[in-house]
Amino acid sequence: MSADGATNSGLNHQRSTVNRLSAEDVTLAYDQRVIAEQLSVEIPDNSFTVIVGPNACGKSTLLRALSRMLKPSRGRVLLDGQVIQSMPAKKVARTLGLLPQSSIAPDGITVADLVGRGRYPHQGILRQWSAEDERVVQESMAQTGVAELADRYVDELSGGQRQRVWIAMALAQQTPLLLLDEPTTYLDIQHQIDVLDLCAELHEEQGRTLVAVLHDLNHAARYATHLIALRDGRIVAEGAPNDIVTAELVEEVFGLRCQVIDDPETGTPLVVPAARKARARVAATEAS
Amino acid sequence: MKSNRVMRTPGGLSVRLDVRAVTVVVLLLLAALAASVLLIGTGDFPISAGDVLKTLAGNGNAGQEFIVNELRLPRVLVGLLVGASLGLGGALFQAVTRNPLGSPDVLGLGQGATAGALVMIVLFSGSAAQVTMGALVGGLATGLAIYLLAWKRGVHGYRLVLVGIGVSAIVTAVNGYLLTVSDIVDAARAVVWMTGSLSGRDWEQVWPLLGLCAVLVPLVLANARGLRMMEMGDDVSNALGVRVERVRALLMVAAVLLTATATAAAGPVSFVALTAPQLARRLTRSPGPNLLSSLCMGAALLVTADWISQRAFGADQLPVGVVTGVLGGVYLLWLLVTERRAGRI
Repeated sequence: MSADGATNSGLNHQRSTVNRLSAEDVTLAYDQRVIAEQLSVEIPDNSFTVIVGPNACGKSTLLRALSRMLKPSRGRVLLDGQVIQSMPAKKVARTLGLLPQSSIAPDGITVADLVGRGRYPHQGILRQWSAEDERVVQESMAQTGVAELADRYVDELSGGQRQRVWIAMALAQQTPLLLLDEPTTYLDIQHQIDVLDLCAELHEEQGRTLVAVLHDLNHAARYATHLIALRDGRIVAEGAPNDIVTAELVEEVFGLRCQVIDDPETGTPLVVPAARKARARVAATEAS
Repeated sequence: MKSNRVMRTPGGLSVRLDVRAVTVVVLLLLAALAASVLLIGTGDFPISAGDVLKTLAGNGNAGQEFIVNELRLPRVLVGLLVGASLGLGGALFQAVTRNPLGSPDVLGLGQGATAGALVMIVLFSGSAAQVTMGALVGGLATGLAIYLLAWKRGVHGYRLVLVGIGVSAIVTAVNGYLLTVSDIVDAARAVVWMTGSLSGRDWEQVWPLLGLCAVLVPLVLANARGLRMMEMGDDVSNALGVRVERVRALLMVAAVLLTATATAAAGPVSFVALTAPQLARRLTRSPGPNLLSSLCMGAALLVTADWISQRAFGADQLPVGVVTGVLGGVYLLWLLVTERRAGRI
């Protein structure tokens, strides 16, 4: 553990505070295929943490481990100081919500019904639908802007609307921690920003801790308060985007030459890939 | 628009009911009971519905009492229980596999039970009780084999259906072989069994079915809420706090037990497990596994089919499996045509 901690700069000072969600020395594997070894991650409380990295770097796998969808073959994931696998399933579901990449809307379900299913961990066979459930569902639909769609069938909604409905379902779970696996995939640019704005709102106004996997580095740099850059199952850097996003880091993580400039709108780092010819010239001089 | 009614007590208890689904369950129950009364009255000695009810209440004459209570009531009860078990088992399979084709008929459970029964009939010339045991063991073994073969870090719907179809084909071949090596008397007995029939069923078949249903139906219904969440995929339901793999294993075991026992009691009555959940769903128009309405639909379907076969062809001339097969086949074609029009296949 100590060797691992030393290579991950910026990790040690966070160890002093106890965060609600963390992974300690986890080895993550599907059957025999190892994705990450001895990986330690802290999710700072009340942060909007975004995990970035190239394809197959293990970012979604890490999120699956943090949300107990994947059991680490070594090491442990801790939620509120307890090993997450040893906790009662519904108790975890009241603390930590997940918006997975793949979800199926049942045939003929209405928006209100689907959002209502997020109340499952708060319900029991004798407590099937309390006034509180009703209130939270209305509130979640209002927050995500789908209240006027309540009686519509989920099948007939657009992709952007549907993603908002799924987020509303995760919100109805009322968890202080919310994990999102590529919430903007398959959405056009306007809806991507829409969903990210909604996430920022949930983080800033409600103080929820958010962890998202994002593909777009510029989105990540703009919205994250804490960025984790992964490559080959290792953390290359982590911290505030303004502190860590540099041309060198992007090259190290993504293998892409670029300039990093200030985003004219927000002042956050903006990654501008080098022109194709410039990259080709550099590659040629390196080869010679 | 959904018609949910919520009832709450001051103590914090709350129950949510889908009014349409409850209405469908009540109507199907009434239909099943009405068909049962008609079926009890049908036969070589017809008895009017009024007399049937009077006799069931204990006020009939001695002759009617013998015919109703000893001969026809157990047969009808077996029909109701077999239909209910197949309807519920089918609904469970279809919900777990998330596929309307994921029903025990298609997955080969019926064929597995048949193989067990054929082994007893052909190789051992077994008694009726031994044939029943053989069918039960065959059905359970097939269910276990499918589950194990489909296992890969958990069981998933598509793989389960494909493996089931494969197992079904193999077992069908074994059954064909057993029939060709059997002599003509055994073969005739085997063919009658394979069609699925209620004739000659008595109280001996009622009790094990009733006992099993009394245990499994409450157990299954207690897990219905978890199953409803599992419709949305494993990740979502896990995230909501459903122990997906455990619920799935438990419900699969229940479904295999229900189907195998029903098949052991009445033979592989075809298509009830496939059609009952789909018909129930179209009546309730509600997402979710529709367990209770499928159960009632199965019971109503089977007893009605038996009544039709007895009315149209005379007592015990046509096994009920022929009627359910014809009705189910027509329904399946209709389903395929409408699904095709809707562009889903």
